[in-house]
Amino acid sequence: MNEGEFCKMKKKIKVIKIDAEKCNGCRACEVICSAFHAKPKYSSSNTARSRIRIHFDPLRNVYIPVFSSFYTPAECASRNKYIINGTEYDECVFCGASCPSRDLFKEPDSGLPLKCDSCEDDPPLEKPMCVQWCLADALTYEEREEEAEEEVKLDELETGLESLIDQFGWQKVIDTVARLTQKD
Amino acid sequence: MRYAETGYNLEIDLSRGSIERVETDPRLTELHLGGLGTSARILWDRVPPEVEPFSPDNLLIFSTGLLCGTPAPGANRTIVSSFSPQTLFMAYSMMGGFWAPELKQAGYDKVIIRGKSPRLVYLWINNDKVEIRDASHLKGKGAIETARLIREELKDPKIQVLAIGLAGENRVHFASIEHMRSSASRLGLGAIMGDKGVKAIAVRGTKDLNIARPAGFIELCNGILKYIEWRREHPIKGVPPILAYIGSPQEMAIHDEEWHTTGFSWGHARHRRKDFWTEEIAKRWKEIQDSAVERLISCYNCPMKCGGIIRHPELERYMMKCYSKLTYVMAAMADDLAFGFRIAGLAQEYGVDGFTTPQVMAFAIELYEAGILTDRDMPGFPSSNEERFFWLLDKIVRREGIGDILADGVYWAARKIGKGAEAFDHNTTRKHEQMVIKLGMLNPIYYLMYATGEKSNITQIEGQIPQAPLPKEVREEFVADWPHLPRWYEKEFKEFILKWEPRGEYALPFYPPPDLICKLVEWQETMHYIDDSTGICAGLSSFPIKPPYHINNLPQIISAAAGLDLDDAELWKIARRNRNMVRANNIIRGLRRKDERPPDDHWKKRFPDYESKLQDEYYQFRGWNKEGIPTKETLNELGLDFVGEEFERRGIL
Repeated sequence: MNEGEFCKMKKKIKVIKIDAEKCNGCRACEVICSAFHAKPKYSSSNTARSRIRIHFDPLRNVYIPVFSSFYTPAECASRNKYIINGTEYDECVFCGASCPSRDLFKEPDSGLPLKCDSCEDDPPLEKPMCVQWCLADALTYEEREEEAEEEVKLDELETGLESLIDQFGWQKVIDTVARLTQKD
Repeated sequence: MRYAETGYNLEIDLSRGSIERVETDPRLTELHLGGLGTSARILWDRVPPEVEPFSPDNLLIFSTGLLCGTPAPGANRTIVSSFSPQTLFMAYSMMGGFWAPELKQAGYDKVIIRGKSPRLVYLWINNDKVEIRDASHLKGKGAIETARLIREELKDPKIQVLAIGLAGENRVHFASIEHMRSSASRLGLGAIMGDKGVKAIAVRGTKDLNIARPAGFIELCNGILKYIEWRREHPIKGVPPILAYIGSPQEMAIHDEEWHTTGFSWGHARHRRKDFWTEEIAKRWKEIQDSAVERLISCYNCPMKCGGIIRHPELERYMMKCYSKLTYVMAAMADDLAFGFRIAGLAQEYGVDGFTTPQVMAFAIELYEAGILTDRDMPGFPSSNEERFFWLLDKIVRREGIGDILADGVYWAARKIGKGAEAFDHNTTRKHEQMVIKLGMLNPIYYLMYATGEKSNITQIEGQIPQAPLPKEVREEFVADWPHLPRWYEKEFKEFILKWEPRGEYALPFYPPPDLICKLVEWQETMHYIDDSTGICAGLSSFPIKPPYHINNLPQIISAAAGLDLDDAELWKIARRNRNMVRANNIIRGLRRKDERPPDDHWKKRFPDYESKLQDEYYQFRGWNKEGIPTKETLNELGLDFVGEEFERRGIL
């Protein structure tokens, strides 16, 4: 793995602006995200597979859309609370990690981590689907060019494998792959 | 593979404590789609008419619609059905929110409950794991409070809960089933749930729901969203603001209540206050509403913001939508909108119907003022109407004293109280409280809908057309862009809109002619029957004028999602089949022509002969006999031969 390889380049920065004040809690973003990432595309929907989730508790005035951002094998120790405009939030609410502390941003069956890819597609979409389906304008999309150091990104398979290795160890994963290969 | 639906129902027998996952017959989907259609069929097949609503043999069905949980915008309705303790006919009531899509993701299309639990329980459906759990600690808790407590107990904020409050536990005939800001409230389904000993049903699902033709389906969904956006900027011209937009009536956003407060009746549906809406009231009510409504919110996968989070200093936050903002205020003849927000929140926790409850309480006040009910019946009855409403609500949901009698609804209470109380039962049809509106001239279209609507609830049958003639200057524009019409009626309906006048030759009640009236009624109710089977919200489909979903795009949407091959005529026929299936359940329980009449004073100017003729024409148009019973030919044509055979066996046909 070449983690930590950097190169300087012009990069399109894709930004989804989240205006939580405008969120109406409808979860259309979750629905269309899960459908877009289904294989074949749109062949199923399942909000539990979505890479965006709304922390939604209207009776406590909580409406926080969060995108899945990274996978981590480490359990998080944070139990901090935020109070914003009189509403109390767990710190966890704002975090996009697929982590062992919660069942968020994991494939429901395999437990493999889910990560937002801004709906990468060929040809590219004008906007990610969650933004297109958010008629409340809680999610809006911006692109800007920036000089950036780009880290070599792990693709979906690598992230998934990494999490399996963390869970079961190298040897078990290799043995299983070998066994599955023989079955084919 | 099954598409759009899961192909499984959950069958729970509470007397035996058994839980079964049962595969459903895909042919029933082709015949009835799902939701109300398949539920009506199950009730017909499994609940004979001898079964009383409060019998363990009665079923209580919580159904998703065929499209619930798919990306089709606004397909989120839970359709609850059973037999009503109030009307003794089939009861069905729908609610939005998040429950039905979650049930689909858990792997079920319906939860079918039979039997009675000896103790209060709640159901916990977590994908394949289903439990009947003790609910003794939730006894007497509010409906919304119960949902919160269950989420905390099961330690998952994503669980969706529907629950009853005290009223359902005490089998109040107008008890509701509550979920978030939505409620299945008409016809006493909460009482059936309480009778079965079920306090709540909690669901969590993480499974996939399949789409048959993904690319085409999503393109159609994108089209629906585009139209919703366009329609926001293009309200219908020439109608009151409440009818100009799509969605459930936008009561949480709209401040202008002139239409409701001056057009609808106050008190026990008797008093018009044509001069109520003054500048001063408008200003005060706007202030109250702005300070009470914290945020506008939506149901699952729907961009319309029909609901409001209400924050009232004396109450926990709660959610509200639609007309319940005004039903209590107007029934209590209270001029204070804050009273409405206060009592509606409490009523929601108790779990009662926001339409019937205020009318029952206003009826009690009328009886008290007429000396039929006295201080002996109502010890400690307060003097102000607002306090009286709180007093009555408390007695009704606990079934204490006079509350025990009132808890059966106006029709039954009037007969139990006697002493002339029957004369005060003037706003029920089929023993069910109707919309509080009293008008001048007979409206023949509404006459038929009030008379023959299977649910006895006008808002669940009306829609699509303006409620009054459009101003001349907007008519041409209105009909020029109207792709919603069934192609076989397009010409006639457009002509009707162009010709319809408030006065003269082309005015109600003798225009439009009876055959056109029948077609207009058919169109309106057909669209509701489609929604009730797909689970699409009426606010995006059957209720508003020019909605996103209509007879010319629904066949493609349903077909692409579910892998069917429907065209407009076939979908129309399914709706007709479902409509007759619901009616069959009522006919076999004794529904006849005599029961099909709007309240006597609903209109001041009535035309008994003409009304009778209209009813004949409509029955004939629908393929029913003079008593309103579907004929053998009609039933056979719809593939409902077994209904006709049963009618014959019982001497009904």
